[in-house]
This record gives sequence, structure tokens and C-alpha cells, in this order.
Amino acid sequence: MTEIKIQKSATPEQLLYADILEKGMFFGLALIIVTFILYLTGIMSPAVPLDQIAGYWELPVKEYLAAINTNFLHLAHPPTGWVWMTLLGKGDFLNFLPIAILGGVTIVCYVAIIPGLFKRGDKAYAIMAIAEVLILTLAASGVLSAGGH
Amino acid sequence: MKDLFRRTGVAGLLLGCFTALIPALALANEAAGTAAEAAFMPMPAAGDTAWWVWPLLLFVVTFVMGIIAVLGGVGGGVLFVPIIGGFFPFHLDFVRGTGLLVALAGSLAAGPGLLKANLASLRLALPVALIASTMAIAGAMVGLALPTNVVQILLGATILGIVVIMYTAKKSDFPDVPKADNLSTALRITGIYHEPSSRKDINWQIHRTIPGLATFILIGFMAGMFGLGAGWANVPVLNLMMGAPLKISVATSKFLLAITDTSAAWIYLNKGCVIPMIVVPSLVGIMLGSFIGVRLLKVAKPSMIRWMVIGILLFAGLKAMDKGLGTGLMG
Repeated sequence: MTEIKIQKSATPEQLLYADILEKGMFFGLALIIVTFILYLTGIMSPAVPLDQIAGYWELPVKEYLAAINTNFLHLAHPPTGWVWMTLLGKGDFLNFLPIAILGGVTIVCYVAIIPGLFKRGDKAYAIMAIAEVLILTLAASGVLSAGGH
Repeated sequence: MKDLFRRTGVAGLLLGCFTALIPALALANEAAGTAAEAAFMPMPAAGDTAWWVWPLLLFVVTFVMGIIAVLGGVGGGVLFVPIIGGFFPFHLDFVRGTGLLVALAGSLAAGPGLLKANLASLRLALPVALIASTMAIAGAMVGLALPTNVVQILLGATILGIVVIMYTAKKSDFPDVPKADNLSTALRITGIYHEPSSRKDINWQIHRTIPGLATFILIGFMAGMFGLGAGWANVPVLNLMMGAPLKISVATSKFLLAITDTSAAWIYLNKGCVIPMIVVPSLVGIMLGSFIGVRLLKVAKPSMIRWMVIGILLFAGLKAMDKGLGTGLMG
């Protein structure tokens, strides 16, 4: 295994991770501002009208999804998993996009540092990074959330 | 770093202004007669309060929460879930989903700067994150499968436990680690950082790696189950159990949340536990509050704020228990 010197400054992988995290965070936050404005101003009409939303946020998630589906969306199944991608034309569901970006940026950071870790002979950490990518991708895939509760 | 805060602050401020405009926009919508389509399922009663009052109140409360969180040295998530879950009409499913996103956003905002300054250690974070994020997924799935009143009771008990930890736990700036253990040596979890107060470079290493990592099984599970974030537990374990210096522990913990909470947040997102009208005002409120909090940090008395946070958490924990048990003793 190649020896890694302990250094005062951050490692190249750490700096790369930080750079991608920073860009992803700014992009996600900027986008959430835009999408929320589009939603709030009614420029993009929401699936659930603003003046009716308070009737739904008190419900458990399963009942909430069933109710908004019956009353507004009329989909074959309540909108779980990545179904929101098909509803991006609605102001409220459009806000899921920046939220997903904020949730996805960490996966991108991990993917980016894997080649450098292998290159520096840091196999243990490269394998850990691959495992983390798999775990986060599994969580993001929606496979674990299928079937409701 | 300063520039980062300034740029994020400006963006947040813009959105804050729009959030504050919610009532005006709501009235405009109603005046325009934008009635909803005919409903097929009876719409649940929403009480007498106008819908926009809650997001606006949420923005104000999370703004104050952001200030208190910084001054009290706790994460936003640990205050958000018990307080919003206890005193707002939103169902706990949405509060937990939002709590994770609040903690995630705070971590994403701070993480890059902490990594660049070499205060957050990627080598320390990676093994911990792998365990915590896996268990956070399990915690989120269990939490969403349990009846709400059971989660409320467990949440109340957890918050009261956090109060005890905050009250009793000591912190050590530079814990004594005479010898790094075999695992941390093999993984080369060690580093150097510059301590401005003593103008010295501090060499650090850790010990008790296996029990420390094992503790993150529980921490990750609880973070996912309750949507609390996990800084309240990360820091004592990294600092007192594993022996990382306090600054490294706090910074690495803050960065860790971006990974742990990401995995759990995806479960909540995929289950549909995200309502943008709850999420966005909360994110903006707590981030703006945090920026103000950082500025107030210079003049505030940390010990007084710390006692205030303990008091708030004690009240919120009891309220969660009361809600879960349905006793109604606290209104």
C-alpha cells in the first residue's frame, strides 16, 4: 500500500469533494429560490391549490398522498418514489427538483473522489467510497420505499 | 468562507422576502377567485386559521431557531423536529422529512469550508458515514412504519435523553490519545490542523475506533428514525470516545450530517414526506437565522443560551411525550 503523508493542508480528494459539494449546494439553493418563487407567485400552478394545502398537511403521509391523488392528481397510484419527475409542470412538485439536487450532490462527490483514491493506492477508502455510493443510490432509487407503509 | 456566507446569505434573504410575501400572494390568489377543481375525496378540515399563517409563522420560528441553534452550539434539526412537531399542525411524517432536509442544508452550507480548512476530516468521516448512513436508512424505514404516537413517545424520550447528554457531557479540546489503535492506524485516520489560539500545529489521532464506529449504528438509526440530524451525538462520540480534538469533532460531525441525512432524506422524499410549503420556509428561516446567529455569537453569553436550549428541549421533549401518550396535559 502506498504510504500517505500526513499533511497540514487538506488532501486532493478532500478538496475535490469540497469543491463539488460547494457548487452543488449553491446550484441547489439557487434553484430552490427560483422554483419556490414560481410556485408562490402562481406562475406555475400547483397540483394542490395554495388555499387548500392546510387541509392536507395534518394527515399522515399515506393518507395525504391518497387524498391529493384522488382530489387533484388522478394517477393510477399515489405519487411516491420518482413519480414527482412526471409532475414537474406543477409548481409544488417542481420544488422537488432542487431538493433532489441537494440530496444527490453527495453521491456525485463520492463518485468523483474514487479514481483519485485508487490512484494513490488508498484501496480501503476507495472501496468504502464505492460502498457509500451504492448505499446512497439504493436509498435514492426508491426501491426501499416501494409499497408505502 | 466569509464570501460563501455572504453569497448564501443574499440568496436566502431574497427567498426570505418572498416567504414574507406569502400572505399578500395568498390574498391575491383568493381575490382572483382561483377556486380548486371539484374534489372527489372530502377535503380534510383545516381549522379557522388562514393557510398562509402557518408557513409565515414557520419562517419566523425557524429564523429564531437558527439563531438559537448557532448560539447554543446545536444543530437545527434537533430543535426543529420536537418544536415544530409539538406546536405546529403539520403531521410528524412531514416534520421529520423537513427536519432532515434542514439539517442537510446546514451541513451542505458549512461542509465545503470546513473540508477546505482541513477541520472536517474526510478520512475520519468516511468510515463513520458508511455505518451511520446505512443505519439512517433502516431508521427512516422503521420510523415511517411505526404508528405516529409510538414515534412521538420515542421522540420525546430521545429528546429528554439529549437534554441529559447536554447537561452532563463534558468536552475536551485536546483529548489524551496516548496511542492510536490498530484499526485507526491501518486506516490512517490522523491529521494535523493549525490552532490559531495557541499558534501551534496540532497532531491528532484517535483510539477506540471499533466501539466508536459501533456507536454510530445507533446514532444513524436514530437520526433516520426521528429526522433529528445527529450532531448532538456525533460530537461526544468523536471527541470523548474516539479522542478527536473538539474542533475536528465538531467540524467532522457537521460535515457528516450531509451524508447521514442524505440517505434518510431520500427515504422520506421517496415516501412522499416532503411538502415544499413546509420545507422551503424552514430551510430559509433556519439559514438566515444561522447567519444572524454567527454575528451575535461575538456578544452573546454562551452559557445562558446553552441553558435556554436545554430548557427548550426539555419542554419540547415533554410535549412530544404528552402528544404521543395523548394525555393532553400540555395543551
